[in-house]
Amino acid sequence: MSEITTLLNQAKAAAESTGLSVSTISRKLFNDGKAIARLEAGGQCTLKTLETARARLAELQSGASPSAESAAPDTAASPANDETGLLTPSTMTHLDRLEAESIHIMREVASEAENPVMLYSVGKDSAVMLHLAMKAFYPSKPPFPVMHVDTTWKFREMIQFRDEMTAKLGLDLIVHINQEGVEQGVGPFTHGSQLHTDIMKTQSLKQALDKYKFDAAFGGARRDEEKSRAKERIFSFRSREHRWDPKNQRPELWNIYNTRINKGESIRVFPLSNWTELDIWQYIYRESIPIVPLYFAAERPVVERDGALIMVDDERMPLDGQTPKKEMVRFRTLGCYPLTGAVRSTATTLPEIIKEMLVATTSERQGRVIDHDQAASMEKKKQEGYF
Amino acid sequence: MSVSTLKPSDDVIEYLAAHEKKSMLRFITCGSVDDGKSTLIGRLLYDSKLLYDDQISALESDTKKHGTQGEKIDFALLVDGLAAEREQGITIDVAYRFFSTEKRKFIVADTPGHEQYTRNMATGASTADLAVILVDARKGVLTQTRRHSYIVSLLGIRHVVVAINKMDLVDYSESTFDRIEADYRAFAKDLGFESITCIPMSALEGVNITKQSSETGWYQGCALLPYLETVKVRGRLEEKPFRLPVQWVNRPNLDFRGFSGTVASGVVKPGDEIVVLPSAKRSKVKSIVTHDGELAEARPDMAVTLTLEDEIDISRGDIICAGKAPAEQTDQFAAHLLWMGEDALYPGRQYLLKTANRTIPATVTELKHKVNVNTLEHMSGKTMELNEVGFCNFNLAQPIAFDPYKDNPKTGSFILIDRRTNATIGVGMIDFSLRRAKNVHWQDLDVNKTVRASAKHQKPCVLWFTGLSGSGKSTVANLVEKRLHDMGRHTYTLDGDNVRHGLNKDLGFTDADRVENIRRVGETARLMVDAGLIVLVSFISPFQSERRMARDVVEDGEFVEVYISTPLEVCEQRDVKGLYARARRGEIKNFTGIDSDYEAPENAELDLNTAEMSAADAATRIVDYLEKNGYLAG
Repeated sequence: MSEITTLLNQAKAAAESTGLSVSTISRKLFNDGKAIARLEAGGQCTLKTLETARARLAELQSGASPSAESAAPDTAASPANDETGLLTPSTMTHLDRLEAESIHIMREVASEAENPVMLYSVGKDSAVMLHLAMKAFYPSKPPFPVMHVDTTWKFREMIQFRDEMTAKLGLDLIVHINQEGVEQGVGPFTHGSQLHTDIMKTQSLKQALDKYKFDAAFGGARRDEEKSRAKERIFSFRSREHRWDPKNQRPELWNIYNTRINKGESIRVFPLSNWTELDIWQYIYRESIPIVPLYFAAERPVVERDGALIMVDDERMPLDGQTPKKEMVRFRTLGCYPLTGAVRSTATTLPEIIKEMLVATTSERQGRVIDHDQAASMEKKKQEGYF
Repeated sequence: MSVSTLKPSDDVIEYLAAHEKKSMLRFITCGSVDDGKSTLIGRLLYDSKLLYDDQISALESDTKKHGTQGEKIDFALLVDGLAAEREQGITIDVAYRFFSTEKRKFIVADTPGHEQYTRNMATGASTADLAVILVDARKGVLTQTRRHSYIVSLLGIRHVVVAINKMDLVDYSESTFDRIEADYRAFAKDLGFESITCIPMSALEGVNITKQSSETGWYQGCALLPYLETVKVRGRLEEKPFRLPVQWVNRPNLDFRGFSGTVASGVVKPGDEIVVLPSAKRSKVKSIVTHDGELAEARPDMAVTLTLEDEIDISRGDIICAGKAPAEQTDQFAAHLLWMGEDALYPGRQYLLKTANRTIPATVTELKHKVNVNTLEHMSGKTMELNEVGFCNFNLAQPIAFDPYKDNPKTGSFILIDRRTNATIGVGMIDFSLRRAKNVHWQDLDVNKTVRASAKHQKPCVLWFTGLSGSGKSTVANLVEKRLHDMGRHTYTLDGDNVRHGLNKDLGFTDADRVENIRRVGETARLMVDAGLIVLVSFISPFQSERRMARDVVEDGEFVEVYISTPLEVCEQRDVKGLYARARRGEIKNFTGIDSDYEAPENAELDLNTAEMSAADAATRIVDYLEKNGYLAG
């Protein structure tokens, strides 16, 4: 680790002496403009990468530009052309293609919908979606608000992160809470997970869409998450009652999207349809996208319920005589804290999380309680208006 | 086995670096459940170790409930996501599946095989680079194989893998495989595929899926997965002319005006000349803006924002094209149409046509023929029903810019939308325009005289040389033109010799004809001034009023009258062409100065008498005048 620190100090000194920006130096040494920033933030790299970087730094300091040979092994994602300062894009990787497709989808909605909104669940997929929206309209801001349907049972860290993120990006944030549900005291402990999710999430979302008359809503769902989602279109039509008719979906060809609807109808748009979980993590890593700290392992107070580790996030959690234990845990998916199981983990960095994910033998949604309620439950929920 | 798994001991950063560089291949699988299509995909996912324990245990429990494979895991249940599909054991809608190997990430569109779901198959095919068509080894090439192959070719897929499946049920017979391959190639020869690869396999037993299997020792080719990992399918769009259909006008403030869209084809760099259709306005690319920084170039499929050198009006639906190779424009074209509506297509009914970010009303004016998707035979018909393919003439409410689909699927494709229900009821692939290319975009009003002139670094004008025959007009004009040419200026001389023999050869020397002669020369000079040229006109032009007319058709300051005032006696004395002598003898009628008047100019810009100065000096005087008055500025 100290070798990395030494190299970083040398790299910064080189930046000062040559007048080049740190990201340019980073690009020259690592073929990646963000590598130095990542290493500074505690990221890691292999010995081989370190050696290559050191050799290139030596060449740089001796006044020679890195030879073509030494630059060859890692083809850079975007090496800058030093004369013009312009980026020369290399062959598009699968992440580049996914990014471009998502941006195209977002621009299409911004152009054709009268009153679009981006649903923001504060999770990692939402983080990627928000990042893509910032890219799609740059230098403009995304021409739509973001909306969080708050069940009032989300992790406190999610709410804090949500407020900080949207403020930092300068976005309009709408927070919708089903007040009737609050007045009736609906919660997962008193009403059970199904009813709670239906009232505070599904019904609440419908309320919000009706209240603001949004005709298009972005969601961060992916086709690899679940079997019925694998069959859903990117532009998914909803009736006035917010129902999805899986047997009567509009054909969706090329990248020509039919966005036309009648009054009262709406479209759910899934710009991340073709991303996989690994793509999401890879992209978060590549783009240094901030995510809620709950994804990283830390000591957190948990109790065991029906085989799941539930974090005691506030005093509303009935302990029934149990004493919360401090354990190193993290969350693979985020939702209402009483319904979201933690996993024991020591992964405190993105590469560690990704590694854990890659060697994992259970799929992501297993931590969520709702999918297991019944067979084909997601398809049924979606027909009823669940996102 | 080259799968994308990670062992706990592996270095994750290296793994990520490798994963990030993977390319992407999108392919479609066609065939019915009977052919083992879903089983094949399930097998690819399973063998790529991309299934999690809980998915496998869910699969096992589903197998007990709905399985059709006895004790073996029924992979089809993994892919058939809709409840109705699992209950009926068929695939209704296209499902997208994802897996990756060390070399590539794959997106599989798993499409239904039944004829009634042809539209869903087309949906999957529209975004695919390659098609895997399943054939049951026991049954060989069937009607549905032909239908799938035709739809795939119609949608422009050029690479096909024929997966001859269930080889285990024909004892891995080489002759069976050979016969099916020969049948398929014979049938598909006219479908325009660039490559056809036949692979013997058993999806159920995992034969020739991830690696060559011993069961088919006679087969020398690649197994399916290694083939998919290495096949080259892209690159064609890069060589096409640049097209960017404008999707969204990016206007964060008054200082920035960008045009956002996804590059449909070609490569663009800052400085490249572009033309915008349909306005035909031209400009140059100033910058290629992205959130990550400005790019040195943009290539197909990249979502970018262009800024231009000039402030021109561009809106959503316009197409920014390479300046030298703009798209065609038309309001009438012929196209292949796949009908997807529950109600039939009626020629004459108005639908909405959406293409490359533009939506306009359109009607089918004529259904030329239908194509039987099973036999490829042409049939006549008055209407088109669900899942039928036809070749139609279209009429649009406004012209669109397009390329034929075979040249560029991104700018040659469209969907039809029902105006009442908003359903997508048809998809089309444009074949050709029914109008002669009007090339309206060449008549760019914005490339005007000023632009043309400044490109030539001069102020265009007419140098009108008038004077008697033999006064030295042409001699002086030739010298002036030579000087200007040496200075790099752009000139042209109109004189009796080159005009009277062509443009005006129908004219004689009556007064009326002389007037018309000058009128035509004046108009021609005006067009040349508009083209940015310095035009030297050398005509006797004896009448004041005609010279006035020539002066009036151009703008103020663009007419420089040069009176070569060499006296009649000197001219007659020179009589270079012997014309005066002939006129005196009466052989030539209406000869100016003899039996026809010459009206000397009163306010000529220049008055030069070649009896008193050399032609070279006269030329110098003229060039000096031009310089002094700003005609040669820049």
